[in-house]
Amino acid sequence: MTEHLKMDEVQPRLLDETGQGAITRPMDRPEGPLKVSGRATYAAEYKAANMAFGVMVRAGITKGGYSIDESSVKDMDGFLGVWTDHMIRNSAQGMMDTNPVQLGQRVQYLGQPIAVVAAETFEQARHIANRLKVDYSPEDGDVDPETASQVDQSVALDQGDLEQAMKDAEFTVDSTYTTKPHNSAPMEPHASLAEWDGEKLTLHGSYQMLKYNKNELADSLDMDADDIRILAPYVGGGFGSKLGIAAEAVGAAVAAKALKRPVRVVMSRQNVFEMVVRRTETRQRVRLAADKDGRLTGLGHDNRQSNLPDEGFSEPVTLATHFLYGGENRRYEQEVARVHRMAAGSVRAPGEAVGMLALENAMDELAETVGIDPIDLRVRNIPEIHPESGKQYSSRSLAQCLKEGAASFGWDQRKGPKERREGEWYVGMGVAAAARTNILMESKARVTLNPDGTALVETDMTDIGTGTYAILGQIAAEMLGLDPSKVTVDLGDTDLPAGSGSGGSWGAASAGSSVFLGAKAIRAKLAERLGCEPSALRLQDGMATGGNNRRPLAELMEGPIAEEGHIEPGDMSDEMQQAGYGAHFAEVAVNSVTGEVRVRRTLSAMAAGRILNEKTAASQVHGGMIWGIGTALHEAIEHDPRTGHVVNNDLAEYHVPVHLDVPQLDVMFIEERDDHANPMQVKGIGELGLAGAGAAVTNAIYNACGVRVRDYPATPDRIFPHL
Amino acid sequence: MKITLSVNGEERSLDVDPRTTLLDALRDHLDMTGSKKGCDHGQCGACTMLVNGRRINSCLALAVMHEGDEVTTIEGLGEPGALSPLQKAFVRHDGYQCGYCTPGQIVSAKAMIAEFSNGWPSYVSDDLEAAPDFSEAEIKERMSGNLCRCSAYPGICAAIKDAAPEEGLNEREAAE
Repeated sequence: MTEHLKMDEVQPRLLDETGQGAITRPMDRPEGPLKVSGRATYAAEYKAANMAFGVMVRAGITKGGYSIDESSVKDMDGFLGVWTDHMIRNSAQGMMDTNPVQLGQRVQYLGQPIAVVAAETFEQARHIANRLKVDYSPEDGDVDPETASQVDQSVALDQGDLEQAMKDAEFTVDSTYTTKPHNSAPMEPHASLAEWDGEKLTLHGSYQMLKYNKNELADSLDMDADDIRILAPYVGGGFGSKLGIAAEAVGAAVAAKALKRPVRVVMSRQNVFEMVVRRTETRQRVRLAADKDGRLTGLGHDNRQSNLPDEGFSEPVTLATHFLYGGENRRYEQEVARVHRMAAGSVRAPGEAVGMLALENAMDELAETVGIDPIDLRVRNIPEIHPESGKQYSSRSLAQCLKEGAASFGWDQRKGPKERREGEWYVGMGVAAAARTNILMESKARVTLNPDGTALVETDMTDIGTGTYAILGQIAAEMLGLDPSKVTVDLGDTDLPAGSGSGGSWGAASAGSSVFLGAKAIRAKLAERLGCEPSALRLQDGMATGGNNRRPLAELMEGPIAEEGHIEPGDMSDEMQQAGYGAHFAEVAVNSVTGEVRVRRTLSAMAAGRILNEKTAASQVHGGMIWGIGTALHEAIEHDPRTGHVVNNDLAEYHVPVHLDVPQLDVMFIEERDDHANPMQVKGIGELGLAGAGAAVTNAIYNACGVRVRDYPATPDRIFPHL
Repeated sequence: MKITLSVNGEERSLDVDPRTTLLDALRDHLDMTGSKKGCDHGQCGACTMLVNGRRINSCLALAVMHEGDEVTTIEGLGEPGALSPLQKAFVRHDGYQCGYCTPGQIVSAKAMIAEFSNGWPSYVSDDLEAAPDFSEAEIKERMSGNLCRCSAYPGICAAIKDAAPEEGLNEREAAE
């Protein structure tokens, strides 16, 4: 049976009534012992009898035609074949659900996957891929977003008259910010093991959204999706890069089919940097018009970014700008330059990760111009209703996050630029608001309760490090009155009910709601057997109580009870403006001689509805803040201005934060329930921790030393000349 | 080429291509996939193993260079049900998320504690001669060769601090 809910109206707060105490508490991840002992199995750790090894071949030109000279390698040791069939230009975009661009024998960026080679061993395959002769017929192509000949322009919103508002305003800010491209850089490179059984394909892969990935792979290979099974029980990080099917999966499937034997293809780290997706660079102009009290009367947020020709994705830079602050005159323009650089796509918190840097830096500039505290400025600009759509907001504890966070952080100790000096370091504090749109997606899960008091949760949902194994088990345990240790969670297999997938911070709420609903249906059956109303049923530690009865679960059950939960978004998504909110605080030290920045401590005050697991949620926020530090201070893909290729295509040259870059990070959760979000009243938190985090760091740099860095990242060369 | 390694105390003989790294020898030839490949260039630390007691990036080592060496991997430190103090502390402090860098972090931390106990100074040590202070800055500096993109650094650092006494912190090795 299926318990189905379309989220058309507010649901009762059942999880406040259940009382098992499994939910919210900071439970250790159940898969932890496997992960810390090296026993968790990621895609490249599956092996099949008679397996061959595949290696991807990258394009060596920016644009043009190519052909493979198989004779250049066919006599090499271990050579099994080289294929260009079905090759995809770049990874599918998130939820694309169909094949990405397939060009045939054409190149559109340097680094594009153009072939896969297979050999008996990995070492042989790698050598063959390096030696393979490719004949190119190069053509000229635009690689610079600033001078590209094709630019798609759009005006996302033009409300009121921003130009006039800027003229009439008591105070204005008109600043331009730039951000460099970013790479997701999950620690596990993309990997696929393809095995064919006749027309049926089984793929062990490393992907975030299996139900879409199955269709993307099927369309890429021109086959029926029903003939594909994808398994991804453990995924070594994704951050957007594994939302859509990638070239190694297609390559492995093509080679395995041709060879009639299993083939495993693992991307090199350089492949991950070059042929998956990057976050686009951005140039953003933010205009703020304010009255004498600092209340916004106008807001403009324009951006220029880039992507490959015919790639549908654009970075939604103004995602939070739409609803975070008021001001009746608003205008957003977007330009997407078409260039021959690797594809741009989703990298953790697409939109907010860079859009909120500019918005929250501009708010800091406005606070200074008006002469009021940046927290006061933000609080007085929180709109009553959505300033564009007129919608009501669901739960929104932004002011509380700002105020309680400030009190906890010691914001009242903040001084002006260059007013706090310790040795050769200037010390300062910065704040930024966080906002991330909350989304509910369709999701299914099967929950089975066994008479022995154990339960099983099954869905094709993934755990990419986000804590899915933990929270789905906790939800089932809470609903069924069991200790979480009694619940087994099976994930990452397309033969299981289709979950929401991991992306957009909706996984916990969406997949979680499907588990909640499945368990709710089981509760209804138990109530019936106990002879009470479902609302009177209490389940705790394997005992069922209701009406005047109290009995162990085993006595109520002749066999296992299995129910499927199915959640779908409904009117609540359309009618209410839903988002998670927060406030990030950072204290930094800026070296007065070198311009080096060290982050000393941070605090993130987060409001994301009901927290399902305080431990994994805090880890998500830590991750977001550390990504914010990376975005603010180090991370930048450098493209070769002549060819467009990624020059710093490895982890030595692309600087993700390391242990020593990370100071004490504090997280506080503001108690909240979002009744409009889903039946569990939870909101996503995985990307909220990153939204605005980097801006808190750069605002702190200004407060420390008086240098306003508008070109990210804030490397010393952008600071010390201005000290 | 035929070589023999001692892996987690067990003699293992294998026949490898001279190009095979120590990491791939274990992962692909001995089916010991606990050690991870994150970059294959010695840049991320996910492949960290102990060779004769010292931590190395096993992706930068050719297997044939290690004939007769004693190799310790994450599998040798503990297993579910019998985890080492460091492994337990990583679970307790949520010192991981996706778990992919985790074996490298733990093996690296194990060796780092021993280096520390033997008085090795680091970039953040104030005094190169004195015994270093087991501070957060020292832990972080000495662990900075192990990247974690999920950014579980706060939990990792807390776990190492917590487990270090049980892992033999300040027990000096016998003179080499």
